[in-house]
Amino acid sequence: MTTKEIFDTMKQYLGNDVIEVVTPDAGDEYIVVNAEKILDVAQFCRDFDEFAFDYLTLLSGIDCGETLGVVYHLFSTKNHNKVVLKAFVPRENPTLHTVERIWRAADWHERETYDMFGIVFQEHHNLIRILCPYDWEGYPLRKDYVAPTEYHGMPV
Amino acid sequence: MNETKKIIEYSQIDSDRMRINVGPQHPSTHGVFRAEVEIDGEIVTELVPHIGYLHRCFEKHCEKRNFHQIVPYTDRLDYVSSMNNEWPYIMAVEKLAGIEVSEKVEILRVICAELNRIANHELCVATFGLDCGAFTPFLWLFRDREFALAILEKLSGGRLLYNYFAVGGMQKDIYPELKKDIKAFVKRVRETVVEVNNVLTYNKIFVNRTANVGILPKDVALSYACSGPVARASGIDYDLRKNEPYSVYNRFDFKTSVIREGEERHGCVGDSWNRNWVRVLEMEESCKILEQAIEILPEEGDVTAGIPKKVKVPKGEVYAHAESPKGEMGYYVVSNGKDIPERCRCRSASFVNLACLPDIVRGTMFADMIVILASIDIVLGDVDR
Repeated sequence: MTTKEIFDTMKQYLGNDVIEVVTPDAGDEYIVVNAEKILDVAQFCRDFDEFAFDYLTLLSGIDCGETLGVVYHLFSTKNHNKVVLKAFVPRENPTLHTVERIWRAADWHERETYDMFGIVFQEHHNLIRILCPYDWEGYPLRKDYVAPTEYHGMPV
Repeated sequence: MNETKKIIEYSQIDSDRMRINVGPQHPSTHGVFRAEVEIDGEIVTELVPHIGYLHRCFEKHCEKRNFHQIVPYTDRLDYVSSMNNEWPYIMAVEKLAGIEVSEKVEILRVICAELNRIANHELCVATFGLDCGAFTPFLWLFRDREFALAILEKLSGGRLLYNYFAVGGMQKDIYPELKKDIKAFVKRVRETVVEVNNVLTYNKIFVNRTANVGILPKDVALSYACSGPVARASGIDYDLRKNEPYSVYNRFDFKTSVIREGEERHGCVGDSWNRNWVRVLEMEESCKILEQAIEILPEEGDVTAGIPKKVKVPKGEVYAHAESPKGEMGYYVVSNGKDIPERCRCRSASFVNLACLPDIVRGTMFADMIVILASIDIVLGDVDR
């Protein structure tokens, strides 16, 4: 299935929660979805028989300047379909529902995204930093991040 | 009546649970992994993994370097199979920039990746044996691994960190005796695999120690997005080289090493023995690919000719992945049209595979935890990035 076909099917079942297909100049197309309804979209993507996206390849955060984004790379081991979903959240108060109960792989990816971008995944069972120290301040992969000069008295 | 009462009383005795730290400085954690383990006697009731001790800000560094300069950084992720780390990154950039490479480059890349895969699996099987108490196979496999590294050193100049792949080609051409070296190496690997199988893999002590230990069921593996030998040992027939053939893999005749229900030799689908067994089988498949690849590798042709001075990338984003020895290694590269990527996200196989550890360790013996961890085959450089 192409991304356009997946988009049309999703649109038919989910309506306005699926916003648009974006085709960049180069590389992969992606589908923009409503961040508030991400749990429904994820559930549909996994359980709808024609999709059967049972494999969350990658979940990543991205800083788009005015907004932050979360990108889901999905794959189906049954139908060998692939799709890229994107959900945008505001820079101030970036919250999104967790999908760790749909794909358990999301657990650590979401912790990493929280660690690096400060995106809060609601109802995540253990949303703490994963790669940075637990008491680290700031979100390193945001574009406006200024690296600290010292950490507990040690020069960084 | 008395007896029954005794049993009830006995079962009500609640020994104090103890929390102990394994690592971060512990040889069995294969690096700086720290596991906070809660044990009830000898049984593990909970495992809390702590990672990040080797975090080197790979993704942050990528946002300050141009597309060529990132390649050496990718080497340092999974430092025992560097060629396999470079490849998906190079694929992502080439896909974005629309660069095609010659047949010779593609075949040379396959050779490098497969040599490195054998080197990685030799290290993994060796250290897995070591964690179970077998010292001799460790020495044999490390001796052989040195020959693979010697070939890669002659090719690239580096023993572990190569910086050999480049966007649009390779950094250096092949050397004249490459084919002879690979033939000798393949012969040597096959002999050692037979020896190691006799001494280690089929050894009754080793089988008792690893079979039926740390079972990862298929649906759990799928939900955790496990890949590589961990997934294939759990019965997921998924190998990127076969299922989504990239580069020139569709020209080679090889099998996906997957453990299916009813075909297991020892233990059961998804246990530690079978994860190790998949790696042993994959070494043979890699040997087959190497033999075929050197037959069709052209002597003539300049592999450095296609490397652009400055990589011109249009606006866009791409996810490219390849089968690294540990699983699916992928890069999600976003470009804003400049020569520095906007975002370079790395999906490392070890990080994703390690996430299932708390689930499969719960309820096993404490000593088995080390075996299970070794059978997942993590490299902390790859986990922490």
